[in-house]
Amino acid sequence: MTSSLPSVLADNVRLDQWLNFATPGQVEIATGRVELGQGVLTAMAQIAAEELDVDVVRIKVRSGDTDCTPNEGYTAGSQSMQAGGIALRQACAEARKLFLDDAARRLGCAAAELAVQDGRILRNAAATSWDYWAQAQSVSLAIPATGTAARKARAHYAIVGRNAARIDLPAKLFGNPTFVHDMTLDGIAGGSAGELARDLARDMARDLAHDLAHARVVRQPNRGATLVSIDEAAVRRAAYEPISFVRDENFLAIVGDDETAVDAAAAVAADHATWSGAEPPSALQQEANWLLQRSAIDRVIGAPAADSPRGLQNYEATYTRPHLAHASIAPSCALALYRDGRLSVWTHCQGVYPLRAALARMLKLDPTAISVRHVQGPGCYGHNGADDAAADAAVIALRMPGRPIRVRWRRQEEFAFEPVSPAMVVKVRAKLDAAGHPVDWTTEIWSGTHQGRPGGGANLLAGEALPNPPAPPPPTDVPEAAGGGATRNAEPLYDIPGKRIIHHLVLEMPRRTSALRSLGAMPNVFALESCMDELAERAGADPIAYRLAHLSDPRGRRVIERAAAMANWTAGNPRQADRGQSSRDQASRAKGIGFAQYKNRAAYAAVIVELEVDESVRLLRAWCEPTPDSSSIRMLSSTSSKAASSNRRAGSSRSKCGSIMRAAARSTGRPIRCCASVRSPRPKSNWWRRTPTCRSALARRPPARLPPRSATQSHARSACVFAICR
Amino acid sequence: MTETVAFTVNGRAVSVKVAHEETPLLDVLRNTLRLTGTRFGCGLEQCGCCIVLIDDKPEKSCGRSIASVAGRNVTTVEGLGTPDQPHPLQEAFLEEQAGQCGYCLSGILISAKALLDRNPSPSRAEIARALDDNLCRCGTHNRILRAVEKAAARLRERRT
Repeated sequence: MTSSLPSVLADNVRLDQWLNFATPGQVEIATGRVELGQGVLTAMAQIAAEELDVDVVRIKVRSGDTDCTPNEGYTAGSQSMQAGGIALRQACAEARKLFLDDAARRLGCAAAELAVQDGRILRNAAATSWDYWAQAQSVSLAIPATGTAARKARAHYAIVGRNAARIDLPAKLFGNPTFVHDMTLDGIAGGSAGELARDLARDMARDLAHDLAHARVVRQPNRGATLVSIDEAAVRRAAYEPISFVRDENFLAIVGDDETAVDAAAAVAADHATWSGAEPPSALQQEANWLLQRSAIDRVIGAPAADSPRGLQNYEATYTRPHLAHASIAPSCALALYRDGRLSVWTHCQGVYPLRAALARMLKLDPTAISVRHVQGPGCYGHNGADDAAADAAVIALRMPGRPIRVRWRRQEEFAFEPVSPAMVVKVRAKLDAAGHPVDWTTEIWSGTHQGRPGGGANLLAGEALPNPPAPPPPTDVPEAAGGGATRNAEPLYDIPGKRIIHHLVLEMPRRTSALRSLGAMPNVFALESCMDELAERAGADPIAYRLAHLSDPRGRRVIERAAAMANWTAGNPRQADRGQSSRDQASRAKGIGFAQYKNRAAYAAVIVELEVDESVRLLRAWCEPTPDSSSIRMLSSTSSKAASSNRRAGSSRSKCGSIMRAAARSTGRPIRCCASVRSPRPKSNWWRRTPTCRSALARRPPARLPPRSATQSHARSACVFAICR
Repeated sequence: MTETVAFTVNGRAVSVKVAHEETPLLDVLRNTLRLTGTRFGCGLEQCGCCIVLIDDKPEKSCGRSIASVAGRNVTTVEGLGTPDQPHPLQEAFLEEQAGQCGYCLSGILISAKALLDRNPSPSRAEIARALDDNLCRCGTHNRILRAVEKAAARLRERRT
């Protein structure tokens, strides 16, 4: 019967990989999914509590630890609930059934007479002397799941589908050590590394970090660059306190007990290092249009272009998006310790097992000699620098056995060296009939890969600086079966008889590119929805009426209609001016719509925003009508925060603002450069600025690899400020 | 060169030895005093994660030298409240579930406290303006604004 198991459960088939009742009154569950700010730990606790019929406060969650949680690959792609959640749910259902069958034997009754109430076994609603913990000695969970236990029917849900308080939030509001940036390993001599990881809060609260060494890496500017010399004396002078250097070929790190000194040294180190073969990207390489003339793997997905009937008009438009940074609120960080032949790594990466495999490859260690454990970090929106910071810490730890090493990237380093979402060019070619309706549609895409994760075979950054760096793997992109990378959401949902995607996977990019929230969906939806607006305008049609005229999908229609109703959209009023608006407001304000179904198979969303386009562009209001797509999502649709709603929000709804801004810009007749209010840094004088490479150098002095263009950083800034809420 | 600097943190008098008088206050809080609730976000005075009160004024502690706080009163998120005795802001943030990754929250709580200390009845626009030096990259802004409004109302009730 194992064929009916959820795939993640089949991969991690023993029930005790998922849960145990070892501590009286408590249920310990294990998930390979990690907390990235989306609330997944709380959602998993809700699922287990629901399926086991215990109070949610009894659930203790272990997460992302190669020593003691299932291997679920990456926490990515809005898959945690529908893949990981269903596996945990089935494992809990099987455990519950085992306990009920055991109790039935003990009580000499049918299992059907029994029920569970907060972990206690009831017989025909009356108490018995049995509960999960009393039976735990005799009910073994060291057996494979069978797929035969029925999961609880949704009608009986009491926990899932209701709001629950985030279990991770109190520590964050009371300023407890929470993030890997706050972590030390004091007291490591007194306990095993595994025990430490299992109750991190306890260990992180221990005072004084005598052993901890702080490290910063002097980054190799690019693959193939060679470190010719480093003026160690000059770097030491900047540090005030003793520092040491760890060097192996082109990998160079500064290590010391005093983080301030290490930071001061790192701030000047690049100025005292000489590299040969450094190839900073040119300004041209940072433009999306640079992609157009590069070598690429070309594919056509969908129907080949048919011979056009006569009389069709061609419409073509090109949309671009520059490289996009993750711009997490803090730079990447990791902690590593190499002791007694074992490497332990604490990281905020998205996949501890893939990272362990990549570390083993890079360091030529047996994976079983490495433990990788997730500790929370700043909000994660995809493949950022976390894996690479972990690799840095591991490389240094191996050369300093017995010392816990904490590497924290510098802000500049994060912008310059984290993998970015690739720049993309999206060209839409539509053939229109006499009424202006599209009858044939081609979306042609140029993009670097959206799949640069170490789990896909890519090198960790430090590995490129070590001796004999492995060749980079041949570029691939996320397959369409997994939602696609550059091709995600490239097919319009509208009723168009002929549709195809032409995908050019550009082989060499000026920067490492990889996964960032919604992958190619953002530029693709921007292109598709912008083009629909342009076609509507050509046809003299209202943008919503035009979309509905080409959309038979009932759920798609419904979200558009409901968003339009929420926003008081009225046809034939291009700027959607509200009654009573001043003429000045009417001239500068407009509404626009965007619509998509994430991955063309998950959640639908329609978003309408009202913008003010003046000297700057301001988002005034937004209306969103999301629809959860299937029962697996509905199951959790009203849990507390992002985990539950990730499928409703991921990608699609966020992707739309750009096209809406275009629409608004067109209707207000003003150009749009970037979103919302963007402010220049206001450096203040402080001691860092005395050194030539001051800490605020980002704005003035580009590092060896240029950070993304200002539009990218503007995007990051504008997405974060409270000013947009006014 | 070693400097000793005396100041007050969360009502407690401390005296710290630093290698250089211009060591950032943030480093002293996090590494010397182990008050890691004040988070490192950028070190460039851009993100607001490290905001603390210095004599009741919100300041970015990554950009303040330790020498500049000699004799001053510093309040960090650890000085706001505890799970047993939460500050009304912490209560309200919990009730509104105002946080995703939570990395920005320490600085936001401090900025909000500074606002409510000087303006017990801020409008929503005034709250947004007061928090505009704090970035939230996850998009929790609306919950955070609601939480600050709720805390302000509760503080007003308690005063009357």
